Amino acid sequence: MSDLYKALDFLNVDELYTDEERMIRDTVRGWVSDKFLPVIEEHNRAGTFPMHLVPELGELGVYGASLTGYGCAGLSPIASGLICQELERGDSGLRSFVSVQGSLCMYPIWAYGTEEQKQRYLPKMAAGQLIGCFGLTEADFGSNPGGMLTKAVRDGDHFVLNGSKYWITNGSCADVAIVWGKLDGVVRGFLVDKGTKGFQGKGIKNKFSLRASDTSELVLEDVRIHKSQMLPGVEGLKGPLSCLTQARYGIAFGAVGAAQAAFDEACRYSQMRIMFDKPIARFQLVQNKLVWMANEITKAQLMCWKLGKMKEAGAMQHFHVSLAKRNSCWMALECCRLGRDILGANGITDEYQMMRHMCNLESVITYEGTHDIHTLIIGRQLTGCDAIM
Amino acid sequence: MDIVVCIKRVPATDTAIKIAADGKSIETAGVTFELNAYDEFALEQALRIKEQLNAGSVTVVTVGPKDCKKQLDDALARGADKAVLLSTTDWMYDGMQVASALAAWIKTVPCHLVLCGRQAVDSDNNQLPANLAGRLGFACVTEVGKLTLADGAFTAERDIEGAREVVACKTPAVISCQKGLNEPRYANLKGIMAAKKKPFVEQPAQLGARGMEIVALSLPAPRAAGKIVGNGAGAVPALIAALRETKAL
Repeated sequence: MSDLYKALDFLNVDELYTDEERMIRDTVRGWVSDKFLPVIEEHNRAGTFPMHLVPELGELGVYGASLTGYGCAGLSPIASGLICQELERGDSGLRSFVSVQGSLCMYPIWAYGTEEQKQRYLPKMAAGQLIGCFGLTEADFGSNPGGMLTKAVRDGDHFVLNGSKYWITNGSCADVAIVWGKLDGVVRGFLVDKGTKGFQGKGIKNKFSLRASDTSELVLEDVRIHKSQMLPGVEGLKGPLSCLTQARYGIAFGAVGAAQAAFDEACRYSQMRIMFDKPIARFQLVQNKLVWMANEITKAQLMCWKLGKMKEAGAMQHFHVSLAKRNSCWMALECCRLGRDILGANGITDEYQMMRHMCNLESVITYEGTHDIHTLIIGRQLTGCDAIM
Repeated sequence: MDIVVCIKRVPATDTAIKIAADGKSIETAGVTFELNAYDEFALEQALRIKEQLNAGSVTVVTVGPKDCKKQLDDALARGADKAVLLSTTDWMYDGMQVASALAAWIKTVPCHLVLCGRQAVDSDNNQLPANLAGRLGFACVTEVGKLTLADGAFTAERDIEGAREVVACKTPAVISCQKGLNEPRYANLKGIMAAKKKPFVEQPAQLGARGMEIVALSLPAPRAAGKIVGNGAGAVPALIAALRETKAL
């Protein structure tokens, strides 16, 4: 490994994982150290995603890793969570790429698609030869996706789609978009291939966050697709929301990885940075910050592990995922803020990764259900009272 | 071609080594072990030969305590077909004794080629490859930086003092692998899942007599603290004087 990263594991959570889960985690951790970290800062500055690594990730087997068949690895929920953790230790944009490909694009095709759709898309997506994006959010419909304006109308053997989608990860580089739109007032999923007339992705520029990630607007103007391009197996918001449950599960683990990167950098820095003739690690206020970080990371590790066990047993509900996604993103962002504080002025440059992670996490705490929306999902479950609508 | 790859687990290279209470071994508690980096080249080369021939087998073997299973599993995940742990209770540091155990086992299995790292990065003895080849009666080429196989014969290239040596070699042979031979692959995730279904054999190592014994281990003396002679351009004369004093200039 080319970097000195030591993952925090204060309570030996490691022993809760199987040998295979640890090996998978370590393999992805090594790959991130060797292949991704050396190039991330230059891509973050340029606002580009390291596309050359897309097939390599396919060879590694991280796309749709928890799915079975069609070239997918068929891993345990915890193993696929730990993959997200390690990818996001590198950068939230990297984990986002893989989450979108696997949880938001491959999963709905695998769960709701026809056999022909599965054969056509899944093996190539698993290999990283075909990139997907997921079009649900619109500029005016984020937390309220049911209000979407994108529509499909029948025209013989075809559907004609009109509308636009916003904040779409991989939107410009994708070979296939899963576009959610209303057909006769009911939300349905449509597979729109790159190059289809009237369909285009336009990159959103000048982001402070997820810079090493393609975030785009999708525009659909009289896009004609064959009726075989609709996902037949699901109707209504349940379709996209079930995908989001999968992706949020990955985010819950992923944000722990970003927090671990923050802790590792801050702890290492505190031991080396000399102020008043001694390492700042010897100051109580600095230790207090590091202990807060370690405490929250450890709690989140355990919460994610339990969530994974519930997923494995088929007992995980969407509100369980909300609890973990909400907690992990919040604590990871706080860890980065505390870590930046420990790094002092040095922490504002990209010599250190702290502020890159911090800025990324502002997106991660917002997308796939904002912190507040998850609060209301959990609140609804606890009280039986719906405060969202 | 049936290939045996000899591997060893070694403390991770960033480990802060502590000497155990017996003064002859290292403290292993809290130490992370990893596959010896040179052995990774050996494993990768074995997998490439098997892929090139589209036939044969790759078996990884180690001599050591039960905890070595992790490194053997890693090798299975990367593509080895079978793993063998020749178990011992102690830390193995004597190349002669390890070679005796490996040779005794290799003689019981089909083997045309033995690949191993040029040395283990913990003890750095550089003993095993030649010792093993001698016991097996195999040809031996060490520190190979390039290896090609054509018509059943190997051409090996190795760096020697100021030159590159090209060696032709037939099987059976022991070849030790140098950095630059190849770029080792990552285990892919399907490989990791497949590994647990592959054969894993554990049997006691048949250790021969010891060839050497560690009498004592000690850490290097701590380095003396540095000296700051001053700041800025004004300190240059003092710096030159200090360098002359230490005969660095």
